[in-house]
Amino acid sequence: MTGTPRKLLTIVTEAALEGLLVKDFESLGARGYTITDARGKGSRGRRDAAWDENRNIRIEILCDAVVAEAIARHLEATYYEHYGMVLYVGEVLVRRAEKF
Amino acid sequence: MSPIDPVLLFFILGLTAGLLRSELRMPAAVYDLVSMLLLLTIGLKGGVELARQPFADLALQAVAVVAMGLLLPLVAFPVLRYLGRLPRADAASIAAHYGSVSVATYAVAVAYFTRQQVPYEAHMPFLLALLEIPAIVVGVLLARGISRDMRIGVVAHEVFLGKSIVLLIGGLFIGWAAGSDGLAPVKPLFFDLFKGVLALFLLEMGIITASQFGSLRKCGPFLLVFGIAMPLFSSVVGMLLGYALGLSPGGVAMLAILAASASYIAVPAAMRISVPQANPTLSLAASLGVTFPFNVLVGIPLYHAMTVRFLGSG
Repeated sequence: MTGTPRKLLTIVTEAALEGLLVKDFESLGARGYTITDARGKGSRGRRDAAWDENRNIRIEILCDAVVAEAIARHLEATYYEHYGMVLYVGEVLVRRAEKF
Repeated sequence: MSPIDPVLLFFILGLTAGLLRSELRMPAAVYDLVSMLLLLTIGLKGGVELARQPFADLALQAVAVVAMGLLLPLVAFPVLRYLGRLPRADAASIAAHYGSVSVATYAVAVAYFTRQQVPYEAHMPFLLALLEIPAIVVGVLLARGISRDMRIGVVAHEVFLGKSIVLLIGGLFIGWAAGSDGLAPVKPLFFDLFKGVLALFLLEMGIITASQFGSLRKCGPFLLVFGIAMPLFSSVVGMLLGYALGLSPGGVAMLAILAASASYIAVPAAMRISVPQANPTLSLAASLGVTFPFNVLVGIPLYHAMTVRFLGSG
């Protein structure tokens, strides 16, 4: 497949942060995001999404390298210390590159 | 009449299933629906009654109850901080949980009072809604020495527009506006099904409570003792306040129960955002793992008996 290279930023974190993060993404230049409910296990134990305080979300953002770097730095500085958060970046090819 | 309310048997079933690591789980969306129904029902019931109360009485009760909501965390905080040697943020967060209220505990108390045929002020949900908020403000202020970058707008949004507050206040408003007759068409869903909905809710609460026991073991005996001692103390404060306000005996007992209950929905959500340093495992282990089952299984009849005795002697 042909396409334009973009970064796919994936963040898994506590659902409680959703409202704050969404605002951060927009101010840091992300043009869109996708949020799904998530379950799993990590260094902070099992998160089974059974009720509000135990819910996780997975956020995916397609953006260019500059925005991805800005978001990653901001999240690291703001939330890593006190919240459960995992972040990883992948290279992907997109069509309609002007959207991202 | 069987000696134990069937809704409590559902709670014990959930607790047992959780402890035995059964794979029983209520789907998250169903739990959401059931808790929404409970909050709305409680709001509606209170709202209908609100319209009949004289404004001056309500205002006095509102002020008194808010004062209690401010006071309880101020009592709990030094105990947690110095006796429990907890970090400041954790002490503040737990104190906020205990100053606020648990709607689930109130719902069980409603079921208990209905069964015992004890009348109480039906506008109690109004006081319940008021009691949710002040403790959160105190908790945030107590922790604030270490959290100066707090975003007040975000915290306020979390506090006033959290799910439980919106549904409770919304229900109160709808009940107040529609009145008893106006609500007749929706009565089958909200009022007639109350016990069944509560039973389902408590089944899941049992499972959630059991899941807190693991973290409780790691927290040590202090939180276990605090989780029982604090509601006992608060219930006396609530009872004395109810008496001073001239509530009916049932109302006095209900206020004791409200004071004794500890939040596990509104406060954890607000604290997670506004006091990130606080470990949510600690406060939930105490409020959900200890205080909620204690209040539901032992506390409600205990506070009721205590009130009867107090009013009998006075």
